Amino acid sequence: MIDAASDPDTRRVLITGLSTYWGGRLAQALEGFEQIEAIIGVDSHEPTQELERTEFVKVSNQHSLLQRIVRAAEIDTVIDTRLVVNSLAIPPRVVHENNVIGTMNILAACTGADSPVRKFVFKSSAFYYGSESDDPAFFTEAMRRPHPPQTALERDIVEAEAAVEDFADKRPEVTVTMLRCSNVLGPDVETGFTRMFALPAVPMVFGFDPRLHFVHEDDIGHALEHAAFHHVPGTYNVAGDGVLALSEAISLLGKLPLPVLPPWGTGLIAGPLRRLGFRIPDEMINLLRFGRGLDNRAYKATGFRYGYTSREAMVKLGEHLRVQPVMKGVERTYRYEREVEEFLRWSRHVRDQRAESASDEGVEADREPLGI
Amino acid sequence: MARSMASDRTSLAHVETDDPDEPAERLPERRPVERMRELLPAIEPDRELNDWGRSERVEGFMDRTLVEFFYRYWFRAEVEGIEHVPAEGGALLVSNHAGALPPDAAVIAKSIRDEHSTPRPLYITVEHFFKGYPGFSMLIPKIGCVAAHPANVHRLLADEQELVLVFPEGRKGTEKLYKDRYRLRRFGRGGFVEAAMRAEAKIVPTCVVGAEEAMPVFAQLDFMKRLTGLLYFPITPTFPWLGPLGMLAYLPAKFKLRFLEPIDTVELGGREATEDKALVQTVAQEVRGRIQENLHEMIGKRKSVWFG
Repeated sequence: MIDAASDPDTRRVLITGLSTYWGGRLAQALEGFEQIEAIIGVDSHEPTQELERTEFVKVSNQHSLLQRIVRAAEIDTVIDTRLVVNSLAIPPRVVHENNVIGTMNILAACTGADSPVRKFVFKSSAFYYGSESDDPAFFTEAMRRPHPPQTALERDIVEAEAAVEDFADKRPEVTVTMLRCSNVLGPDVETGFTRMFALPAVPMVFGFDPRLHFVHEDDIGHALEHAAFHHVPGTYNVAGDGVLALSEAISLLGKLPLPVLPPWGTGLIAGPLRRLGFRIPDEMINLLRFGRGLDNRAYKATGFRYGYTSREAMVKLGEHLRVQPVMKGVERTYRYEREVEEFLRWSRHVRDQRAESASDEGVEADREPLGI
Repeated sequence: MARSMASDRTSLAHVETDDPDEPAERLPERRPVERMRELLPAIEPDRELNDWGRSERVEGFMDRTLVEFFYRYWFRAEVEGIEHVPAEGGALLVSNHAGALPPDAAVIAKSIRDEHSTPRPLYITVEHFFKGYPGFSMLIPKIGCVAAHPANVHRLLADEQELVLVFPEGRKGTEKLYKDRYRLRRFGRGGFVEAAMRAEAKIVPTCVVGAEEAMPVFAQLDFMKRLTGLLYFPITPTFPWLGPLGMLAYLPAKFKLRFLEPIDTVELGGREATEDKALVQTVAQEVRGRIQENLHEMIGKRKSVWFG
């Protein structure tokens, strides 16, 4: 059962935000597809993940430069993975610069009468919906945010989405896919929630047990790939099956719930708590009281299938958290060295490793774009 | 790193065949309700709660203890017309409403669980207020209450095919004083009819006699309501004198329930007729009229408030 037609014309891809976890991961995944001729990644920082054939261009959000890259490389698909969804990760001014101004610049780079871009995939966030006491239990994509944004991050996301929607309206020939991702869990990402769940006892707001939706990091990666290889215009929620109550999530992790946060004025004590080391972002405070559920069926109807339910993602995280203290120091850390990367890509003395391994192991390199 | 983590489980859709006759430019259609139903999350047997936050454990415990006691021995509930509650498919139960902390919802749910040939869970719609108030917010979903949002009602009726109970009088019903007992308030703006029609679910008018006497409200204190941030602050024989427990101190009035013949919204025109505001209002009036009429009849037959 598949509803969305596959898209064989995705060949030359530009990934913005290559140095973010999602950008790097997506580039790694796309490298395995024969269909993809070229992967160009842009970011203002150096890549954090090891890449084989992705070309990195260090450029900040300047639309004239981006536009030249898009034209020169004849990019047909732009995948924007830059959105910052944790207001504590980087300074607030930078968040706004990245989420709003950055999005506008990238959209500007894709416009123009002779632009080669025919697909634009935007990774957005379920923070778009906010979290209030009179929300529906399951947000569908057609629902507008019922209340004006309360926090700077939510304001930025609403603004960024508005810009993308405007772009989609003005350029009907471009397939625009927007993915509103739920709270992500996984061993490689660090969010407000994963940090909270790593604490020995998990704080809760007294008298509240919010319903929360989670999604495994692999599923977000696959959701981006699905958008790259299929024709799925529109906005979609990305969230695993099942909505967990926070108390349920904590018991799945095998931790103790600690209902100590005050039900009123939770925002006021967030500041002191941050100083004590429990760094709770503003946009998470309401989530800890009212929670948020998403209707994830629309993306499933395009043929996408989740690998993990919310519960399974939570169990996986629990396993990871138990192994983590043992694993300390074992993780490989990758550092980008421009000279080495350029040598590996362009020197004629480097033998084509991919071609060699392909002949060794048979079909390895002929990975089909659709059935991972 | 990421790649090795991804290897133990992979998820992208498996494409069985790529139909060569199909044009590549075909747009994916948002599928109609019937087919979206298949895509609802599967039930995970290991979970204690469902996606609405409903807990079988908490609900079962309440059912065996508090609700059982009130239903059997305190209110001695008597049920008529339970066969009018459909055994399958979504249906919207519409009932009159009274009592400071209304016992009627729990009694209706219990009657379907105990007396119906195919016992089904009942979802009770409550004010959004409860989700925002500490304590209530935690307990209320566990026992099968959901916020009265049109989208929630639609998902329950149309997609999940469940039974939903609404009180169209809403807060106007629970606020009303003892002297106004069994006088139905305005039935909102007919939103419940719209919800049922959009979901093509049956409407089951339901009458409850006894709830008004079980917890008579003599007055509403406005300034106390504002002080506590509660929905309302009633004066009853036991509240606030016994503190929060006074909310559960019901008088032993005899409860009588009557489920009336269901109204088929498909016959009324179903989903397409939802926009017809006149029809919606007429149906809402009709439902209200039938409940009021039956209430009068039931009270007329009742010889004693306490013994029925």
